[in-house]
Amino acid sequence: MNLRRGLWPAIPALLFLCLFFLLPVGEMLMGSFQDANGDLSLGNFQRIASTPIYGRVLGITFWISALTALVAVLLAYPIAYLLTRLSPYGRERWMLWIMLPFWTSYLVKTYAWMLLLSRKGLVTTLAASVIDNPSGLVPALSGVLIGMVHSMLPLAVITLLPIMRSIDQRLAPAAQTLGASRAMSFFSIFLPLSAPGIAAAALLVFITSLGFFIVPALLGSPREMMVAQLVISSVLDLFDMRFAGALSVVLLASSLVVFLIYDRVAGLSSLGGEAPEGKRSGRGLQVLIWLGHFTARFGKERARGGDSKLLTGYSIVLVMLLILPVLIVVPLAFTSSPFIAFPPKMYSFKWFEEFFTSPVWQAALMRSFGVGIATALLALVLGFGATMALTRLSAGWRKGLFVLFIAPLIVPRIVIALGLLYLFSRIGLAGKDLGLVLGHTVLALPYVVVTLSAAFKQYDWRLDDAARMLGASTFTRLRTVTLPLMSASLVSAFLLAFITSFDDLTVAIFVSGGINTTLPKQMWDSIQLALTPTLAAASTTLLVFIVFFAVVAQWVSRRSISKRKGL
Amino acid sequence: MTVKLEARSLGKTYGQFVALQPTNIQVKEGEFLTLLGPSGSGKTTLLQMISGLVLPTSGQLLIDGKDATHTAPGKRGMGLVFQSYALFPHMSVWDNVAYGLRMRRLGKAETKTAVDDALAMVRMQDFAHRYPNELSGGQQQRIALARCFAYRPSVILLDEPLGALDKNLREHMQLEIRHMHKELGATFIYVTHDQEEALTLSDRICLMNRARIEQLATPQELYDRPATRFAAEFIGHSNVLQVRRENSQQFAVEGRLVDFSGCVGQEVAQTVAEDAFVLVRPEAARLTEPAKGLLVGYVDECVFLGSDTRALIRLPSGARFSVRCARQVKPLVGNQVGITWDADRATLLAAEARP
Repeated sequence: MNLRRGLWPAIPALLFLCLFFLLPVGEMLMGSFQDANGDLSLGNFQRIASTPIYGRVLGITFWISALTALVAVLLAYPIAYLLTRLSPYGRERWMLWIMLPFWTSYLVKTYAWMLLLSRKGLVTTLAASVIDNPSGLVPALSGVLIGMVHSMLPLAVITLLPIMRSIDQRLAPAAQTLGASRAMSFFSIFLPLSAPGIAAAALLVFITSLGFFIVPALLGSPREMMVAQLVISSVLDLFDMRFAGALSVVLLASSLVVFLIYDRVAGLSSLGGEAPEGKRSGRGLQVLIWLGHFTARFGKERARGGDSKLLTGYSIVLVMLLILPVLIVVPLAFTSSPFIAFPPKMYSFKWFEEFFTSPVWQAALMRSFGVGIATALLALVLGFGATMALTRLSAGWRKGLFVLFIAPLIVPRIVIALGLLYLFSRIGLAGKDLGLVLGHTVLALPYVVVTLSAAFKQYDWRLDDAARMLGASTFTRLRTVTLPLMSASLVSAFLLAFITSFDDLTVAIFVSGGINTTLPKQMWDSIQLALTPTLAAASTTLLVFIVFFAVVAQWVSRRSISKRKGL
Repeated sequence: MTVKLEARSLGKTYGQFVALQPTNIQVKEGEFLTLLGPSGSGKTTLLQMISGLVLPTSGQLLIDGKDATHTAPGKRGMGLVFQSYALFPHMSVWDNVAYGLRMRRLGKAETKTAVDDALAMVRMQDFAHRYPNELSGGQQQRIALARCFAYRPSVILLDEPLGALDKNLREHMQLEIRHMHKELGATFIYVTHDQEEALTLSDRICLMNRARIEQLATPQELYDRPATRFAAEFIGHSNVLQVRRENSQQFAVEGRLVDFSGCVGQEVAQTVAEDAFVLVRPEAARLTEPAKGLLVGYVDECVFLGSDTRALIRLPSGARFSVRCARQVKPLVGNQVGITWDADRATLLAAEARP
């Protein structure tokens, strides 16, 4: 396949990313090297370096992100391991319960934790009946960590899973026939082969955490302030875009360093669910074998099924910890009192009534839907072409383009949002719905590309050749063969893109302005004012939507499993 | 007979890598031609260029005398049966078979007749509403054939279609494919690396090696008169011995002088300078008393093959010579025996530069 013919489907996506990702981010980075008069200067960076408080914010940002990555991956690993050992149906059933909290808005999740952990929250109220002075029961750092890990755990699971699934299931029995105990075969075979997955999950969680502001802002004290909060306040409160740009440069540079280390160690392709060919040192293997011996000494060799019961029990507890806290918003939405308090006074529909009749909330809900659908369509069209080109190009080009297409996932969202604010305020798109759609498409494109890459990898191009031989034109082949065979992945890519847009707050904070707010922006604005029951009603409504989407996605993927099996 | 298909200097390179040297070949109408060779010999590349799925980097392809080098694959009047069948998994058997007809916008009734005929031909009428993944490998193979036949292409290309089937089924399907070839009267071009399959099926075999044609001949010619050592070794079992010219008709073989007058490849015998090879098929050789043998050796091993016995004779140089014996003959291992053959069953081959 020559380059020009292979590349053309990707050209719209390439142009789009150049205009709305590379250009604005680059411009913003340049801007940070200028002073107020537009002259070249390092003043902004000197300010960061010389003010201790900024150093502290950077430090706590890295500390919280690293802790989140560590804890999330540790907790997620056993669940992902369990999922690899299940039948496709069993896996789908579990995935529903993991995807539900994944798709639930960060705002809703954080709001639920606020209700649980705040001074008048459920946990404190319960504790008050046991101990005298429960305030400060949950220190702010733990609160932030709980919120962050809770938000990131599903991401860690779904990043680990594809790599673990690519490990040949017969290797463990093979090791056991050679005399390895089950613990030994895990440590010497499965663990090292799943290492790229661990690295990929830790990377994604770490980088996503770097740009977080919802959780620390709502659950933390000023001591837990993270860089993204600082960026937002320097734009919205201080109107100092250049300084915000300089902070972003620091954030971006650290993300890139982490990313480069990752590419060195684990290889980029593992982000796309491909296990890279690794060379492992003999010494590393020696340590793993030693670990295997060490562990085997503790647990007696159980009969098959004993430890998988333990694993299932662990996973059930963890999934319940993922889901139950969020459900706290449901009873609170039906309270009849005008305050949030435990136990809620049951029951009344007045907060739903307020949510559904208030013009502000209505407009925000409608805008979120419209923008979400437009984003999903645009991202799907761009992403489909991009992915199609990726699968047909030579390996060198493929890697380069893949990096570009998933770059919006690697660059912290706050950096992209700031760049778009630069660009849109100049071309008059700030505060416009079109601006939101364009910005959200930048965020959603990587998800579409990753989802469709996995689908294209399974797609048998000989079917395309067969249709060509039988006389089908390019368009007919796409319509009758390629698209129908990828329908399940197209639907999940669409839903993923929609949710990305529907849930986004970062771009919305900068790009949507004034009365043109989206639902998350409206929630964010009112959450900071007061924890009213209307928020609980809004959150409950969102939860219902999310459950609906998750069930649809599950149904689609189950249908495609049964089709593949011919049932 | 008219020429259906002609390749003129048709070649393909990928950068520095040569997949097919510029190749000339003519395929007659209604012929069953097999492209035979080891993997990497260029046979699949040649087939794909004929199909149009791969474009050549040099040369021309003519169909019915007209240049079709750049004609779209679907417009060449060809059908292709894929190695992995490539059945559309989301369509029923019926829809799979009807696909090519629908692309040609045939009427409903016409389509139905053609699909039913094609399914009847492969005896799969009862499976029309099944999906490909509900079928066994052999059944999928039949559907792949039916999908290809349904719109009656005048050239049918088959890319190792039986590669994934087990031995019994493969032999059965070979007979069916031969039968279909007769019934359809279309030109068949068949790719395989299995020489027995090629011998069974073909009108002519195009033996390929190192990205070029090694020999193009009927199965019998190829078997009896291989043009090169590669052809001799690739087709059937053969004993290949190094020989050295001593005088006009006599060559030194394994420490003996053998007269090769009357052997196949006289032109080689006339022109060859010193070194050459002689090929003797196991079934052309006989065991005899040491004194009467053209060659002498010791019985090394005796293998019972069901229909006959194969005796392996250790020659003085250490090479082993395989002789096919009747099944009741059981030469004693360790005995000295002579080997002889009829003069016209030995083939003299020029030594060639080996890579």
